[in-house]
Parts: sequence; structure tokens; C-alpha cells
Amino acid sequence: MDFSYTEEQTLLRNSVARFLADHYDFETFKRVSRAEPGWRPDIWKQFAELGLLGASLPEDFGGLGGGPIETMIVMEEFGKALAVEPYVATVVIGGGLLRRSGSDAQRQEWLPKIAGGETVMAFAFAEPQGRYDLADLTTTAKKSGAGHVLNGHKAVVLGGPWADTLIVTARVGGGQRDANGVSVFLVDKKSDGISARHYPTVDGQHASEITFENVEVPASNLIGAEGEGLPLIEQAVDEAIAAHCAEAVGCMRVLQDATVEYSKTRKQFGVPIGKFQVLQHRMVDMFINTEQSVSIALMATLKLGESETERKKAASAAKVHIGRAGRFVGQQAVQIHGGMGMTDELNVGHYFKRLTMLDTLYGNVDHHLKRYAALA
Amino acid sequence: MDLSFSPEEEAFRQEVRSFIRDNLPDKLKGKVRRGDLETKDDYLTWHKILYRQGWVAPAWPKQYGGPGWTVTQRYIFNEECAEAETPMILPFGVAMCGPVIYTFGSEAQKQKYLPRILSGEDWWCQGYSEPGAGSDLASLKTRAVRDGDHYIVNGQKTWTTLAQFADWIFCLVRTDTSVKQQEGITFLLIDMKTPGITVKPIIVLDGAHEVNEVFFDNVKVPVENRIGEENKGWTYAKFLLVHERSGIAGVARSKKAIERLKQIAEAEMIDGKPLIETDEFTRKIAETEIDLSALEFTELRTLAKESRGQMAGPESSILKIKGTEIQQRITELTLEAIGYYAYPDARSFGDNEYPVGPDYAVGQAGHYFNMRKASIYGGSNEIQRGIIAKAVLGL
Repeated sequence: MDFSYTEEQTLLRNSVARFLADHYDFETFKRVSRAEPGWRPDIWKQFAELGLLGASLPEDFGGLGGGPIETMIVMEEFGKALAVEPYVATVVIGGGLLRRSGSDAQRQEWLPKIAGGETVMAFAFAEPQGRYDLADLTTTAKKSGAGHVLNGHKAVVLGGPWADTLIVTARVGGGQRDANGVSVFLVDKKSDGISARHYPTVDGQHASEITFENVEVPASNLIGAEGEGLPLIEQAVDEAIAAHCAEAVGCMRVLQDATVEYSKTRKQFGVPIGKFQVLQHRMVDMFINTEQSVSIALMATLKLGESETERKKAASAAKVHIGRAGRFVGQQAVQIHGGMGMTDELNVGHYFKRLTMLDTLYGNVDHHLKRYAALA
Repeated sequence: MDLSFSPEEEAFRQEVRSFIRDNLPDKLKGKVRRGDLETKDDYLTWHKILYRQGWVAPAWPKQYGGPGWTVTQRYIFNEECAEAETPMILPFGVAMCGPVIYTFGSEAQKQKYLPRILSGEDWWCQGYSEPGAGSDLASLKTRAVRDGDHYIVNGQKTWTTLAQFADWIFCLVRTDTSVKQQEGITFLLIDMKTPGITVKPIIVLDGAHEVNEVFFDNVKVPVENRIGEENKGWTYAKFLLVHERSGIAGVARSKKAIERLKQIAEAEMIDGKPLIETDEFTRKIAETEIDLSALEFTELRTLAKESRGQMAGPESSILKIKGTEIQQRITELTLEAIGYYAYPDARSFGDNEYPVGPDYAVGQAGHYFNMRKASIYGGSNEIQRGIIAKAVLGL
């Protein structure tokens, strides 16, 4: 058993942390997320130069040959910086799907572009009726010649406005919620028949409602075997869950530190408020929640390569725990900061908002509790 | 003991219900539902409608312009307002400053201020908290120094709700620094147009401009604007805090919010069936509803005591604690219910633009974020628990 990071992993963490500290402070986050285009294409290029975008991709395709642990390291630092760049959609979902299930030609075409920062992806999986069920799809892909024709509506596509390529889940056969008959496609966002409505999200990102009307997708853009996409999607989403759990851990660490620090300096009734036992115990509970989250995020990350059941259980367990812990840590950080915690000016509220939305992403506590129980 | 309402009370309920039905503008109703009351007019329109009917200040004694209702009638009125989703009447004038003025003010003050509070001509805001005096309110530092027939006020107030619209601010100021903190505080009424006052917005988590900082730089306040005696302000402030608390349980509004949550859970689908048909979510709603029932009866017990002429005691902190916890829980469950459509930022949509996602989801995440304030304002819930520990349990 060994929980230590390799020298390369430590170097990766230090370089991401230093880079974000220099280029991605809180004021920059606020300014960028509130203006067009809402993210920083320039910094995406720099991420590529630093090797972040290829950290978890194979060396043969321009990556650094790492895996989930590298993703965890990057995402924890992204969480601390509230970074909005579409790392998970592009590298974890897109890169993961292609690396595992892409044809040789697809891997040759896409993986170097991902590692090099030359493509930006968004994952169009959710639908208005589908809630968190990845198979509940009304978007259809009908065979047409060698390719497919897509029709449907995808909801809340995070990073939708920034992407050049959409990763779209659609039904090629079967009933609306069947496990069989699901496929996943890479779709050029400029294709005829795509219309999008873009909007900012409550946690400082941007998203789109995307409609597909007779959108033609060439056969070369189908990932994996036709109609057998659900297991691929589930694995990609479990990897994304592990990544977002690491992001949540980054957010919690910032809130934990900020709250303890504030309680040492904020004086009421003649003493720092951190002297009040009721707040001490509350902050200890925040600390326990954060540490437990670090542990379970690590567990989910390390089990991504195990059997399907183990992987799913670990991802759901982490999502449940971190959903709850994130809510507690976020709410209490605001509470202990008092009025200041309620302001847009202070960073605390922004981490609270991000943590809140991370609970929703890829299924909330209830969803994953049920999924875990069904697997256990 | 009897839970039923008398025929007269039932008739009163019908009267209130039809009045609201006939007079509440549709446009306002939609805004309340979406939680986007923003302009001064949004708040004042309903205030003025109730004023013309003589119903704007249910708790005021008849001699000052109240309707002379019993405690039960006030309870019914609140229920009907919540049911119909009327805008809230802002508490600062009607529920806070008004009662202080008619209880402790001079005859001249009563005549000058009370009619204008009722009519809505004067918009009041509350100058209590300061950057260094939040939970520890008595440590406030805004200074008022006597200069002939004026006080000269210097300092800063903060978290001042809707001060951007205010004509007047009621302020706690320090007039004596040589005595125990609570004994050197004076209660002043200050015209917001007085030179030297600056209002600076504070934007909160959901992007709303709801609170402000208010700065006082050599602001001249006539001595006649003082409530009661100099250095006795803490007594009046404490009276007001009790008043602030009695309405804070928000039971009727929470009932309505649970009803709306159920409607959402009927519309939202999970595994091909309505969310409300799943055990885990229905149980969470039920738990909240049960909590609210207990709180409703705690409030009724308090009201019964009040109708016998007894003041609500420190145990009324229960109403603040449980009331706000339930309000916050309902916003949490609503956020859970709407799934991915919690993401869109409602503030980015123009007035004439279709929202993204179902109507009922619009603004709900913002509302959840915003309602975190409820366990902080009006004396944080930690402070409220401290009050119960000390004043009720004698710890």
C-alpha cells in the first residue's frame, strides 16, 4: 500500500498550483466569467503547453502517459481556483471515450488535438425529461447512408458556448430508457441543423440548450459499436465524477482554511469568534467532512480501473459523500462568515455556489445513493 | 381548547380572500412567485392597496391606524396573503420603527411619522449592524455628539436592506462612551436626504442588490428626532428585536412554498414517473411538513399568550430558529427537485425573454443561495440559541 505521489505527480501539482496562483486569482475568475466569452481561450493554450491537457492521455498521442491520479491532481487545483475551463468535458469525457473506445483513426485524429489544446469539447448528455438517467434519451440518431441523422434537444450543456465539438448521446434503437440502443457521437458544432441558446450558469460557468434538427453525422464520428454506447458513457461519467469530486475537494479545502482564518480574526463580544466552542465544533465538523471527502475522492479515483461494479460503487459512494459534505461545508462557511459570506465580493459564496452545483452534476445524493444500493 | 374558527372568523377569511382576489395585480403575483421584486414600485404597489383598505398594519392599535383585529384575525390575514402570494409588507416601517414610535415616541413624533409609514410615503430602513458590530450589536461605534439642538453623527452602518429606496433610517448610535456598552446607545430617526449620508450597494450571492453600506460623515440630526431618552436606545432596540421576531417564523409562507414544491415534484420526472411518487423525495417533503406543523402550533401558542396580553418571551427565539431552518430546507428541496435546470442564471434573462427550462425552475438556485441569509440576519441562529440557553434555561 502506498498513498504517496510520484515525483512527476508532485511536480504536476506544483506547476498547476503555481500557474493558477499567477494567472487565475479570484478577481480574474469573476471578471472573466461575467464577460464574453466567459472563459479564457488563451489560458487553454497555456494549459496545453504546460502539459495539463495531455496529463492523463497516452504518450503515443502527445500526452504524458498519466491517468486518473493526474486528473485528480489537476482538478483539485482547478477547484481551488474556481476554474471554468472545460477540462472534464474535453480531456476526461472526450479523451477518455476516445482513448478507450475510439478507432485507431479516431484516436490519431482527436487525442493529439486534445493534448495540444486544439479542440474544445462539451458533453451533451442531459435531456429535459431524463434527469440523471444517462439512458433516458429522446434524442434520436437514425441511420442514413453510412452515417446518422440526429434529432433532439440537449439540456444544460456545460461549456456549450465554447466548444467546437459536441459529444452527443442519442438513441439508435430500443425504448426511451433502455440500456441497449444508445450511441455516442462526436458532432461538429458548426454542422447544419444545430441551434443553440447560450446562457451563464449560477456558478460562474456558461451552458447551452442545444437543438438538433436533421443533423448529419458521418460514420467516422460514431464512438464504439452502434447501439452499445451506454457502458462507455457510464465509464466516462464515472471518471468525470471522480474528477469533479477532486474539484469539490479543492473547493472545500479553500472554504475550510478561509473559515478557520476568519474565525481567528473576526472579533465579537471582545474575543475572536473562533473562541466560541459552538463554532469550534462546527469547524471541526467541516474539517472532518473535508478530510473524509479527500479520502473518498481518492478511493473513487483509484477504483476507476477495477471491475465495473467496483468502479460504479466507488463513484457513487464518492458522489453521495461529497454531495453531503459539500453542502455542509459550503453552508457553514457562509454561516460562520456571517453577512460577509453572503456577499458577491468575498470568494466564500462563490465556492459555496460551485459546490452546490457539483452535487447536481451527474446525479445528486439521492440518485447515487440509489445506484449504490442497487449495486451493493 | 378549540381549533376551529368561529363563523365570524370564517366570514372574515372570505372577506380577505375576495379582497385580495379583486385587488392583487397579476403582474405582481408573477413577480412574487419568481422572487424578483426589484423596483420601489414593486414593493409599494401592494402596500398602497392595503393602506387604502386600512389593512397595511394589522398589529397596530386602532388609535394609530391599525384595523383593530384580534390575534386570530391577524393570523387569518397572514394565511390568506401567503396563499395568494401577495408581496410581503416590508417590516422596517410597519413592523419595526412604527411600533417603536407609538410605544416610546413623543406625541409630535407619532403625528409626524406614523401616518406616512402607513401610507407608504416614507420608506424606512434599519441602521443597526456595523462592520464591527454584527452578532455583538451593542458594540456599535457610530458616534452621535450633541451640538446645541443637533447631534452630529459619524460612522457606518451595514447590511442595510433596501436603503437605496429609503427616505428615513432608524439608527442606533453611541452617545456615551464612558459607560457600559448597552447604556450609551441612543435611538435616532435620520432623514436620508441629510447632507453627509452616502449609500453604497452590497451585491449578494444571487446577484441581487438587496443590502447596502450607509456612511455618515458629519450628519446633522435634530435632537427632536431622538426616540425617548438619550442613552436609553438599547431598551427600545430590544423591544424592536422582539417585534422583529414574532413575524419571523413565516409559517404561512412556508406552507405555500411546500405546496409549490409538491407541484414541482409532480411535474419533474424520474425513471419515467413523477418525482413525487418516489419514496425518498416524498419522505423528505413529509419530514419538512411535520416540522412545520410543530412550528405552526408553537407559533399559535405564542399568539395565544399574546392575545391574553402577555409579551412574547425569549422562547420566541424558537420561532426564528425553526422558521428559518424550515425556509432554508424548502429551498434546498426545491433545488433538488429541479435537477439540471438549477443551473441557468435567471438574472441573465431579459424581461421579454423566455426562460430556459420550466417556469417553476427559474430563479430557484438563486433563491436557495439568497435564503442562506435567513440563519444570519435578525440575530444569527447561534445568537438565538444563546438567548434560549441563557434566558430560558438559565445556563
